[in-house]
Amino acid sequence: MASVAEASSHSPGGGYIVSDAARLKRQLRSAERRGKLKALGLVAPLFLFIVVSFIIPIVILLKNAVYDPDIADNMPATVAALQNWDGKEIPDEAIFAALAADLKAAHENRKAPLIGKRLNYDIGGIRSKIISSARKAAALTAPPYKEQMIAADRIWDDRTTWASIKKAGQKITPFYILKSVDLERDPDGSIVKVPANQAIYIDILIRTIGISLLVTVLTLILGFPVAYVLANLPPRTANLLMILVLLPFWTSLLVRTTAWFVLLQDNGPVNNLLMATGVTDEPFRLIFSRFGTIVAMTHIQLPFTLLPIYSVMKGISPSYLRAARSLGGGPIYSFLRVYLPLTLPGIGAGCLLTFILCLGYYITPALVGGPTDQMVSGFIASAMNQEGNWGKACALGAVLLVATMILFFVYNRLVGIDKVKLG
Amino acid sequence: MKRSSWIAAGILLVGGATPVLADDLTIVSWGGAYSESQRKAYYEPYMKQGHKITEEEYNGEIAKIRAMVEANSVTWDVVDVDSQTAMAGCAEGIFEVIDWAKLGYDRANFVGETVSDCSVPTIVYSTVLAYDGSKMNPAPTTVNDLFDLAKFPGKRGLQKNPFVNLEWALIADGVSREDLYKVMATPEGIDRAFKKLDTIKSEVVWWEAGAQPPQMLADGQVVITSAWNGRITGAVKKDNKPFKIMWDHQAFDWDLWGIPKGTPKLDQAYAFLKFASSPPAQADQTNYIAYGPANKDAIPNVNKDVLPDLPTNPDNMSTAIIVDVQFWADNGEQLRERFNAWLAQ
Repeated sequence: MASVAEASSHSPGGGYIVSDAARLKRQLRSAERRGKLKALGLVAPLFLFIVVSFIIPIVILLKNAVYDPDIADNMPATVAALQNWDGKEIPDEAIFAALAADLKAAHENRKAPLIGKRLNYDIGGIRSKIISSARKAAALTAPPYKEQMIAADRIWDDRTTWASIKKAGQKITPFYILKSVDLERDPDGSIVKVPANQAIYIDILIRTIGISLLVTVLTLILGFPVAYVLANLPPRTANLLMILVLLPFWTSLLVRTTAWFVLLQDNGPVNNLLMATGVTDEPFRLIFSRFGTIVAMTHIQLPFTLLPIYSVMKGISPSYLRAARSLGGGPIYSFLRVYLPLTLPGIGAGCLLTFILCLGYYITPALVGGPTDQMVSGFIASAMNQEGNWGKACALGAVLLVATMILFFVYNRLVGIDKVKLG
Repeated sequence: MKRSSWIAAGILLVGGATPVLADDLTIVSWGGAYSESQRKAYYEPYMKQGHKITEEEYNGEIAKIRAMVEANSVTWDVVDVDSQTAMAGCAEGIFEVIDWAKLGYDRANFVGETVSDCSVPTIVYSTVLAYDGSKMNPAPTTVNDLFDLAKFPGKRGLQKNPFVNLEWALIADGVSREDLYKVMATPEGIDRAFKKLDTIKSEVVWWEAGAQPPQMLADGQVVITSAWNGRITGAVKKDNKPFKIMWDHQAFDWDLWGIPKGTPKLDQAYAFLKFASSPPAQADQTNYIAYGPANKDAIPNVNKDVLPDLPTNPDNMSTAIIVDVQFWADNGEQLRERFNAWLAQ
């Protein structure tokens, strides 16, 4: 400071010092910028990876859950002609002419099956009728198209067919999202519940969340005491026991699930033991049941809950508990008021990790669960592999994503994500 | 590309990215004992002629073939399909139309040739009920016994598919064979079938791959199970299992070869089908599995030991259900969806 004051007193303008400071500032700034660029360069690969492998697919998934251009693209004339149709009566000749032209083109481009597949989601069994109508439409040369199309198939004499085409003609449609929460639009456009024999997805969502919660609680009950023991044993014994926790953790999920499959069978070791010891005469229903699903999932998820709790416990100084005891707190009181609150960040992290991983379970319920134990992911898989219904798969994925985010939000409000600690 | 194609392309990317040899034909079938019989009768002799074959397995999912064709990324060159998939897939245009002149056979010489223009019939098989003869006393004899939990307590194995299960449910509910598909064509008929299935739902273990039923019987996991007849006969002959087939209301069907549309190896696919449909190869397959050859010229050379176990044996045919392929091709997808919903409830 003194030298600066001196310098300014020497130089009447003081400009030399000002320009020096500005240059210094500039140099500092460019050095900082270089540092930032370097840091960015280090982060960029991961950032790009996340964008390409995570964010873009999720955006596509969300888009496909509501974007369905099959009918609009392949029946453009009919969809345009239906714009002003009031939905009360069978359309007139002009609309039928558009239909005949669209179906003729669809037959030639082999797009009729695609149209049939989409309309079949609304009206069961219509797929083959669309395909045969398209074949017949391709042979038509002159009006009146209305009579000829109705003669080709009775579906054209039914206004639900037309209402369905009009609805499906919208490129942006809530159809799949509604279906994945057991709702649909009736021919008049109002939102109604789907028939009881199709209403399964709300149940499945509740089931998915229920199973995940139960598994999370079980892993906490089983994992907490183990984590405590591990954190407080002498290192040599603790390391040995840690291997027992980590070994299954390092084993493939599929291998562990298959092991449970063998163990839980009707003639498997568990049932044989129970029968040999006279506990039961008939084998218990262990596999293909909710019980088997919960057991296998709890086993697989245990380390995920346990390890964060363990690493938080490792950081808790034993002197806190000793202080609590020396100040007169009983063992239970000291544990509940001093130790447990200190482990909460670990419990929060472990439980959140397990819960969110559980929501996406697919292989384990598929192998050791029964039909009523399958979770949302299983239905996403069957929509893709068996039904080839991408819209439904994406909508179910979107619903699961939104449900997870809501639960995460609630969790954040209750526990606070900043309090979560992995170690 | 369309939106579904993008996803399909993404999924198939992994499969499509693997390098493929020029003359390497990918053939997809149903796994287990059936694939083994095809390996011995078709693939191995064919490979001895200098060709290469890569085998893959599936459980008959038409959606997988459709996704490939829609994404223009066909990696399956020849697929063994059941009749409803052949028919539905042909109507949708996901299989190549068969040029019988190019194949070099008389189409009329094959049984099941009317199913579709896009397939070459390969075998006659049947979905039957089977049980462990050493454990069941008295033995079940009819489809009614499948639904009789009082007389035959224990778990049942059924295919995780409405196909044949709906038919059997209605037969057991008193519908005659002649009226079967008339009843199934009505919504009430379908409701009735599901209602009948409800009565045993809690006792059913559902199988997906054809190799599972004999395994479930062997493990004692189930007392009765539906199965494809060749798998049961195979377990009896090869592994000396005491399994018995009850031929009552066997559901008689065909398996056919289809060529997914757009395969880059169309000519090689034809060459393979020509070989696999030849009378000697077809007759040879009966040495390994109890399915009837589709090429009628192969019949004189069929392994005589297998004759009593074929679905076409007149003794086994007295109450057989001839599957209505058209019905399943039209309604299969819809019914499978309903069935899956029913399972989940």
